[in-house]
Amino acid sequence: MAIPFSYTAKNLSARKMTTALTAAGMALVVFVFATVLMLQEGLRKTLVDTGSADNVVVTRRSSGTEVQSGIDRVQAAIVSSQPEIAYGPDGQSLVSKEMVVLITLQKRDSDKPSNVIIRGLDARGRQLRPQVHIVQGRMFRPGSSEIIAGKGIAERFRGAGVGEQLRFGMRDWVVVGTFDAGKSGFDSEIWGDVDQLMQAFRRPVYSSVIFKLNDPQRFDALKLRLESDPRLTLEAKRESVFYAEQSEVLSNFIGYLGLTLSVIFSIGATIGAMITMYASVASRTAEIGTLRALGFRRGRILTVFLAEALLLGLVGGIAGITLASFMQFLSISTMNWQSFAELAFSFTLNPVIISKSLAFALCMGLVGGFLPALRASRLNIVDALRAA
Amino acid sequence: MYYLKFIVRNALRHKLRTALTMFGIFVAILAFGLLRTVVESWFAGSENASAIRLVTRNAISLVFPLPITYGDRIRQVEGVAHVSHANWFGGIYVSERNFFPQFAVEASTYLPLYPEYRMPPEDVRAFLLDRKACVVGRKLARQYGFKVGDTVPLRGTIFPGTWEFVVRAIYDGADVKTDTSQFFFHWDYLNETLKKTVPRRANTVGVYIIGIDQPGHAATVSAAIDRLFKNSLAETLTETEKAFQLGFVAMTEAIVVAIQIVSFLVIFIIMAVMANTMAMTARERLAEYATMKALGFGPARLIAIITAESLGIAMAGALCGIAATFPVADWFGAKLGTLFPVFGVSRDTVMMQVGAALLVGVVAALFPGFRAARLHIVDGLRNIG
Repeated sequence: MAIPFSYTAKNLSARKMTTALTAAGMALVVFVFATVLMLQEGLRKTLVDTGSADNVVVTRRSSGTEVQSGIDRVQAAIVSSQPEIAYGPDGQSLVSKEMVVLITLQKRDSDKPSNVIIRGLDARGRQLRPQVHIVQGRMFRPGSSEIIAGKGIAERFRGAGVGEQLRFGMRDWVVVGTFDAGKSGFDSEIWGDVDQLMQAFRRPVYSSVIFKLNDPQRFDALKLRLESDPRLTLEAKRESVFYAEQSEVLSNFIGYLGLTLSVIFSIGATIGAMITMYASVASRTAEIGTLRALGFRRGRILTVFLAEALLLGLVGGIAGITLASFMQFLSISTMNWQSFAELAFSFTLNPVIISKSLAFALCMGLVGGFLPALRASRLNIVDALRAA
Repeated sequence: MYYLKFIVRNALRHKLRTALTMFGIFVAILAFGLLRTVVESWFAGSENASAIRLVTRNAISLVFPLPITYGDRIRQVEGVAHVSHANWFGGIYVSERNFFPQFAVEASTYLPLYPEYRMPPEDVRAFLLDRKACVVGRKLARQYGFKVGDTVPLRGTIFPGTWEFVVRAIYDGADVKTDTSQFFFHWDYLNETLKKTVPRRANTVGVYIIGIDQPGHAATVSAAIDRLFKNSLAETLTETEKAFQLGFVAMTEAIVVAIQIVSFLVIFIIMAVMANTMAMTARERLAEYATMKALGFGPARLIAIITAESLGIAMAGALCGIAATFPVADWFGAKLGTLFPVFGVSRDTVMMQVGAALLVGVVAALFPGFRAARLHIVDGLRNIG
């Protein structure tokens, strides 16, 4: 016969202070664990949403980022005449020659400088990114000193809101609109007319050429042809791959740091659980003896204490995840080392993270409770009864 | 003496529990120390910055270069003693993993501006005489096994092509805080190659490094330089080396803040564990506290005894943790290599570790101490623990 579950639950609520402190320690560890996973997921999601598998990004060979790349007009023309490029509804090919540079802007709240990506493109470039919508104001007019700012930039940087002005390249640029790129990396960019920006920055070359494939299957053949063309010193990547690579270093950094921290912290919390469970066993020695005398087997005693430890872990885990779920309201912005530019992303919670965090919490409970439970199950009936 | 014995005996009553708690504190204090060290090394670049060096860059952002002609005009500004220039090269050594900073510098003027980079004069001469030569820091040389005379190939990301350099000198830092993970080579080599391959990018520099005569003149000299190039095609932004370095830190501030928050979280976690231990201890000893009170021990004395026990456990664990921080940080620093140029445990970190341990000890004793002090003798004696 099994010992009823209510026995386990009531034991935990009998000593509220101890239970609360132990669970609180575990909750904090689970919080850190879940937050790191959420951050990584947020970063991944941001960059996955940025790139589309049907689009191709062409940059100068081994430049790694658009900012470091340079494609002269002749090369750009060759790329844009490839037969694999899809046509838009108006019969024009969906190819965008873009210029990407960084400008330093000051944050609104702290005045601290940060690098922001400014992208020069035309109407085709916008068509290639259907996730981008103007949420305030309007699109920039071609051939004018107008720019539009991503939501993340408009909020956080001085002079990037609608109606405000930014000065660079000996001109004042009016922000005429704010766009929402559906939490993708474009939210951290400023867009303007490519010809105007190239003129202002005195930059005679494009940074990248982006186009949509008419058939995603034909990418490999196209890549081979572009990269073996002696006139070109370029490389082609699927947009989704390109953006995933952009954040590799940052994502790995968050991952390693988070994993190391979680492991170290979990040692502390597991010890907390172990202390609590040992005390729980010690103060109930007589009780355990009684249970054994009543005929409950060692295995049952082991189970009951393990269940108690697991329940403790569960309480901590749920508290930690609840705490972490509030982090979804926050977004974090930091410099992406690879692109050397500001990137905003948010904490994203999903069922996988919830189950991972719960499993982690239960693990801590299990590891912390195993030795004490073993001791409880090994107690000698007579000695245990005498302990009272 | 008598009290000390009493406290030690009390602490050792539950050997396993005390040992576990101490181990928990050991881990927490160690983690805390390492996290603080990471945060500090983030700021290391700006802490080592000299007060008499200014950095002039393009006002738009660092990706835009400045014309080489600006050097002569900057030299004419009052208060400017030396002018040199450098370009960030951003090359890849074998694979993307091997990151270290590389600069193309105007060697004859650059090295005198950085007296903290120490190397034998004959090596400096050899470096200056060879256009394809490079200078590497001791830490970098150790990590990749560079020796004087070795050829180092770098694949350019900003400047296309594969570039080869010959190591002519290895510099040591003036003190432990000097960044010895850098790689310098001749700006002329870069420029002459660019003239052939990408002529429009030749004769430009990334930043001007300016040595001024007195630290006090930094603000006026900066303003004077920026005024020179106002309304030109390449407006400049001049700031002290420290401000320049802090600009980089500010860009990754979110990460630094996150690490800082987490470093305090670990203290909270261990506080919960320690408080739990002390609360449990106090619960079991209520009858004893009542007995002591009946014998005439006042509440203050009881609180002192409990606090001393708590502090003792916390400090014992913390001392082991602090002692372990040094070797672990060394190991960590060696593993991270050139990612963090300077990675060492500072005095402040140790002080903060001690402070955190004291805090944990005191806070953990609060509730049980309070409980013991408020205890009615009769209730306590009735308690069977």
